[in-house]
Amino acid sequence: MKDYNKLIFEISKEGRIAYSLPPCDVDEKELNTLIPDSFLRSEDVDLPEVSEVDVVRHFTNISNKNYGVDTGFYPLGSCTMKYNPKINEDMANLSGFSNLHPYQPEDTVQGALELMYHLDQMLSEITGMERVSLQPAAGAHGELAGLMIIKAYHESRGDNKRNKIIVPDSAHGTNPASAAVAGFEIIEIESDKNGAVDLDKLKEVLNDEIAGLMLTNPSTLGLFEKNIKEIADLVHEAGGLLYYDGANTNAIMGIARPGDMGFDVIHLNLHKTFSTPHGGGGPGSGPIGVRKDLVKFLPVPVVEKQGDKYVLDYDRPESIGKIKSFYGHFGVAIKAYSYILSMGAEGLKKVSEKAVLNANYVMNKLKDHYYLPIDQVCKHEFVLGGLINKENNISTLDVAKRLLDYGYHPPTVYFPLIVSEAIMIEPTETESKETLDGFIDTMIKIAQEADENPELLKSAPHNTPVRRIDEAKAARNLILKWEKNK
Amino acid sequence: MHRYLPHTEADEKLMLESIGAQSIDDLFNDIPENLRLNRKLDLPEPMSEMELVSHMKDLSTANKSIDELVCFLGAGAYDHYIPSIVKHLAMRSEFYTAYTPYQPEISQGTLQAIFEYQTMICNLTGMDVSNASMYDGATACVEAAMMAVESTRRDSVVVSSTVHPEVREVLKSYMKFRDVKVIEVDMADGVTDWEKLKALMGKDIAGVIIQNPNFFGIIEDLTDIEKIVHENKSLLISYVDPISLGIIKSPSEYGADIVIGEGQSLGNSLNYGGPYLGFLATTSKLMRKMPGRIVGQSNDVDGKRAFVLTLQAREQHIRRYKATSNICSNQGLNALIAAIYMITMGKKGLREVAVQSTQKAHYALEQLTKTGKFKPLFNKPFFKEFAITGSVESKKVNSELLKHNILGGYELEKDYPELKNSLLLCVTEKRTKKQIDKLAEVMEVI
Repeated sequence: MKDYNKLIFEISKEGRIAYSLPPCDVDEKELNTLIPDSFLRSEDVDLPEVSEVDVVRHFTNISNKNYGVDTGFYPLGSCTMKYNPKINEDMANLSGFSNLHPYQPEDTVQGALELMYHLDQMLSEITGMERVSLQPAAGAHGELAGLMIIKAYHESRGDNKRNKIIVPDSAHGTNPASAAVAGFEIIEIESDKNGAVDLDKLKEVLNDEIAGLMLTNPSTLGLFEKNIKEIADLVHEAGGLLYYDGANTNAIMGIARPGDMGFDVIHLNLHKTFSTPHGGGGPGSGPIGVRKDLVKFLPVPVVEKQGDKYVLDYDRPESIGKIKSFYGHFGVAIKAYSYILSMGAEGLKKVSEKAVLNANYVMNKLKDHYYLPIDQVCKHEFVLGGLINKENNISTLDVAKRLLDYGYHPPTVYFPLIVSEAIMIEPTETESKETLDGFIDTMIKIAQEADENPELLKSAPHNTPVRRIDEAKAARNLILKWEKNK
Repeated sequence: MHRYLPHTEADEKLMLESIGAQSIDDLFNDIPENLRLNRKLDLPEPMSEMELVSHMKDLSTANKSIDELVCFLGAGAYDHYIPSIVKHLAMRSEFYTAYTPYQPEISQGTLQAIFEYQTMICNLTGMDVSNASMYDGATACVEAAMMAVESTRRDSVVVSSTVHPEVREVLKSYMKFRDVKVIEVDMADGVTDWEKLKALMGKDIAGVIIQNPNFFGIIEDLTDIEKIVHENKSLLISYVDPISLGIIKSPSEYGADIVIGEGQSLGNSLNYGGPYLGFLATTSKLMRKMPGRIVGQSNDVDGKRAFVLTLQAREQHIRRYKATSNICSNQGLNALIAAIYMITMGKKGLREVAVQSTQKAHYALEQLTKTGKFKPLFNKPFFKEFAITGSVESKKVNSELLKHNILGGYELEKDYPELKNSLLLCVTEKRTKKQIDKLAEVMEVI
């Protein structure tokens, strides 16, 4: 059915309906006696008119043109596309969770508050932080909230000139963007040849205007930042704070903790490390954790336990305030909570061990065919610099598109920016040796094709629902909605 | 072995050999000894699926959901009916286990669904363009305010005190960090005081944020406000309930420049406050200032229609600190749910939901104020929510209602100290005459 190519608007037919409602059982009045005509619309909203079967077939057909973790191997570096356990979805859909109104009295939501409180405790233990807030909606939102806390910390000490944040050139794009949204100036520092923080360059930029440094560990190259303790000391001596981007936590659970490395503020991506699905681009969840003296700055409300009762605490005068409606993505938090309970301490440690084992296995098998800029033990992911043989001008994009023909989701490409033609591979722990071997064989086959039949790669993909798309045309000749007769 | 981890001992051995490592520990040699945890994490013992279900059922039944309670609570999160097919289709794992559609050739399902979502948000609001969703209504409001600041190069925004209190709070939290001044304009009889608004306007005002229907459920007359805002060359930002647009004029008809809102009521479960979705739509003129992802139509090399993320030069992964926003993950699945809901309800259904909610809310107000024990707090046209006041403390009313398994209204005094003994009640199409009569009956004797 990959040839299905209709928009819902194109199958709409006047008069059809896909819904049913009981008849209105109160005395109905003329609408314009309740709401003046001047406020009412003169025509109904132009929405589709289709039958229930039409809706079901439409979305089933277009879903067939998608690729998810359930479809196959998804080694998208930095995104931790692990298996999303089905039971977690069932748990989040329990009526006692999914049918709670956010403004219900606390007495009627004790189970929900207990879950949030315990998840806070478990994430604090995993990361070595004092408290965790579940409020942020996604990783970037967590970064923003964390940076707000860093600013609030300095200001609370009367240290008002710290308006700069240091971000390595290998960082995720959200890091500098979040720092800008929090009102900071960004100082970018070049990484050393191993993609690690260059201590000399760091020293050069540290001064009394630096509010903090944003870092992920393992780095975006998938390598553990060995000097982390020294980096933390340098930043702290200069009066700054250290922020941990939790995108790469899948490598270190139960092995090392950001709190012990000297990080002061962190975020986690529940939709990466803690198995909640990405939903085709969200909803994510980006809890933030802080060290003890920063707890007072966390966004409101904070779930507290008073005696046997759980409460939402808003009385926190030094809090950065509210950063989103209600209490974060509760529905996502339930899935992460279920996951942690399913794994336990040993299980989470195994997750990181197998994630690292898988990454090193694939890396070693591919390094004779693709350029490996830094040949050392990697953590949960590694970065290749395109094909070794550059003779036929086959780009990383061509390799990625050819992988589509073989039924794989390609790795992250052209990131991090510090490796040219980057191919960032993160297999995750939920993949078997057989799956990895299949992928490795395919990557090697593609490298051979690049030598023997480069055109095959340049014109790939060949058997996907659509082939390479004219992105320039999309940006030049903007069509951002469906319009009749267009 | 664990059910989510496929490695057998033999696999592990072969893989380590191939890497040239003696043990798994060898792979962690790069982590300095003094940074190792070297103890087991202090977490509960792992649970089997059966144990997990039992534990989670205990927790979930410690709550009282709106399956057990009759819900008259709204205030920004609404109990509208969700047709069965919405969940069935959104839970197709091809959709929910996919990442952001960065590889368009194998993401046409997600991309097309967003394109259809954008189209329907535009049709609903009357605007030219919509993005692919924001975190929620409150953060969509923040982004709209920043769009106004960036496009007018002014440094203050005005927000009506009839805008949802949490939305105003979130706006203030963000703007403090951007050195943007947030000025609240008072209300008069439950609506934005346009004379006070006029007095506030000046060269520093980038935009004015009005909720419609406002927090009290009242439909604001924006005729004068629109003139005041645009004569000052500021932008009119309208925060709307998408369900209300089934019968109420679209914001473009009263001159809004940016339309935002909370999209939960479009088929999303209440979920104790999230995940929901924010929507954001605007004019072609402001399109390039818009935050977040946008899907556009193009074609592939064979000329076949295809969809792709476009105008990405605004976004953080390309522009980094110069991006229009830091947003990356948005609410893809919630936007898909909203799209399926809008399609399922369709042209007639959305109108009927809005009409029935209006009729039932007005019937409820009539019943509740019949004897004079409670009276309407304001005398203004409203949609599905209204405020009433009486001589009994709101908290007491609500706790009495709860004894009858009724989830009462929002206690307005929490955010408006002057509005004592006042409750904001919400009536959707799901409420029956019998439930409304029961509400009136119980409240009459409190």
